[in-house]
Amino acid sequence: MVRQTKQNNTEAYLRIYRQMVRIRAFEDSANQLYLSAKMPGLTHMYSGQEAVAVGICEALENSDKITSTHRGHGHCVAKGAEFREMFCELLGKQEGYCRGKGGSMHIADQHHGNLGANAIVGGSMGIATGAAFSAKRLGTKDIAVCFFGDGATAQGLWYEVMNMAALWKLPVIYACENNGYSEYTKTDEIAAGSLTARAEAFGIEAHSVDGQDVLSVNELAQKLVTRARKGEGPFFVELKTYRYHGHHVGDINREYYRPKDEEAEWKTNRDPITNFGKWLVTEGILSSDELVGIDGEVKADAEAAVQYALSAQYPPSNEVDMHVFSGVENALAYI
Amino acid sequence: MTREITLSTAVNEAIAEEMRRDPSIFLIGEDVAEAGTPFKVLSGLVEEFGTERIVDTPISEPGFMGMAVGAAMTGSRPIVDLMFGDFLFLVMDQLCNQAAKTHYMSGGKLSVPLVLRTNLGATRRSAAQHSQSLHALVAHIPGLKVALPSSAYEAKGLMKTAIRDDNPVVIFEDKLMYNDKAPVPEEEYLIPFGEATVLREGCDITLVALSSMVQVALQAAELLERDGISVEVIDPRTIVPLDEEKILNSVRKTSRAIVIDEGHRNFGVTAEIASRITEKAFYYLDAPVVRMGAMDVPVPFSPALEDLTVPTPEAVAENARLSVRGELFNVA
Repeated sequence: MVRQTKQNNTEAYLRIYRQMVRIRAFEDSANQLYLSAKMPGLTHMYSGQEAVAVGICEALENSDKITSTHRGHGHCVAKGAEFREMFCELLGKQEGYCRGKGGSMHIADQHHGNLGANAIVGGSMGIATGAAFSAKRLGTKDIAVCFFGDGATAQGLWYEVMNMAALWKLPVIYACENNGYSEYTKTDEIAAGSLTARAEAFGIEAHSVDGQDVLSVNELAQKLVTRARKGEGPFFVELKTYRYHGHHVGDINREYYRPKDEEAEWKTNRDPITNFGKWLVTEGILSSDELVGIDGEVKADAEAAVQYALSAQYPPSNEVDMHVFSGVENALAYI
Repeated sequence: MTREITLSTAVNEAIAEEMRRDPSIFLIGEDVAEAGTPFKVLSGLVEEFGTERIVDTPISEPGFMGMAVGAAMTGSRPIVDLMFGDFLFLVMDQLCNQAAKTHYMSGGKLSVPLVLRTNLGATRRSAAQHSQSLHALVAHIPGLKVALPSSAYEAKGLMKTAIRDDNPVVIFEDKLMYNDKAPVPEEEYLIPFGEATVLREGCDITLVALSSMVQVALQAAELLERDGISVEVIDPRTIVPLDEEKILNSVRKTSRAIVIDEGHRNFGVTAEIASRITEKAFYYLDAPVVRMGAMDVPVPFSPALEDLTVPTPEAVAENARLSVRGELFNVA
């Protein structure tokens, strides 16, 4: 694909690079928090898949909606979230996006249109489709992107909502991040036929794209977002990508299902950040030193946010039965 | 002005009035538009509001339930029509893992203002998958409100309150009562959640009854009056929230209670209410609190068997007599 380097795109390219670096830095810090036993519970790393979240979210407006997954930090950052509130949420602190009640698997940021991560695989497919239904009915012109993994394509819910989205021409994009593994199982072992054919069976236009190439993802996303906004949706996109870590941070000894040389191949030759950085330098948009400068700034931001979150306050105990019901201060006194 | 209308008309009026008031409301479900549901409760709505707001879906309960959750999170106020209460099992993830928890998991930042209207009740000869009363199942999940109208009056007032609530509300209608008439004001009214109503005052025993069992309790009270037993009948109307105070005050006065509900007895709504009475009014009690619910078997098809599974006025009256006489030793 030939890409023209235009001066007025420089800002967009820089933002794309910075956002991918921010996701990687966030995940590296989150992994360290886990390994040093400073984070309650566990978490699922997005590292390796940055080009998917950033390529798509950079094509969206702030008011457009996304739904995310258990592997959701990348979507959250890409849709505009701040490190500080995110780390606070991961550590269960009061200043987190969800006041510490959601944690890694339920992080949501409604000011940027992120309707939340979801700990049920495929659980948000109805929510994203409903957000698109609502947008169409209320005439807001917003679109919804439903992020999910290859494993979620085995859930029946997807076929129900794709059917309705196609019948009613809803402005929703189903973005399937095919990272090759459904938890601890090769996707080839759980998915019959082709994923794009499944969407096509409903008359949904389906695309397959290299999820490690952020510009390819972004170009496709821009086209589909524009068309979805005009009422030409829904769409399905399969993004071929790779997760660098195990299913979750504790899944360390994983050679029984995934060979180390396969991991090395993706990390060495197909890293979305390294490759996009090289392209920026080749095209004369940025120098190597400038890239290193961005990496350093982002890393320092992440470190500062981690330190802030570590010393932040936990929610007070009286919040335990708050937010069970909207409009009810303390649920236990109500029910 | 008050006129007599059926429970079905009351629900229809409540939804129509609210939809006229608030354009963000839409209704979604199977055969809700031209068909107006198999029970014809929604007849006429599509003619007034169009297919944009009365939305027929494929037979995909988890799909349209999930869509309603997403729509509710983004500015709409959906009413989900679930054709039979038995289909709750199909929508459990979207209702209980998504709708019920979103407000809490987001620290109060996202809300899910939706109504799930469905039904309950046996003795319609519909067998085990179209006859269940599953409200205990959803009442168990924090974040869901649960309403159970026992007449046309309650059906209209509770439905309007449910639609205006900013939380997910599950409202169960007794499908045998759709054609039952009751006086309903023409003027607008709402019934607040968490306010029980005392349908009959008495001093010897309290019958706490819900939904379909309210009429059974009132008929039992008539039978007992002939025996000189004075019965108080309370309908909580919502089980989440539950008007505990009104129930406890009644029991403190009568010192005896029977709780009657058409859900299965074991681990059910009657167990919850009975245990609250026992915990909080124990020293006022003169007899064990009795639970009466649907028999703990799948609902059988044969009329000869099905009729055995639901509490009857006679059975309630008999337990009440034993309670008042101090002979309540071994309740089946």
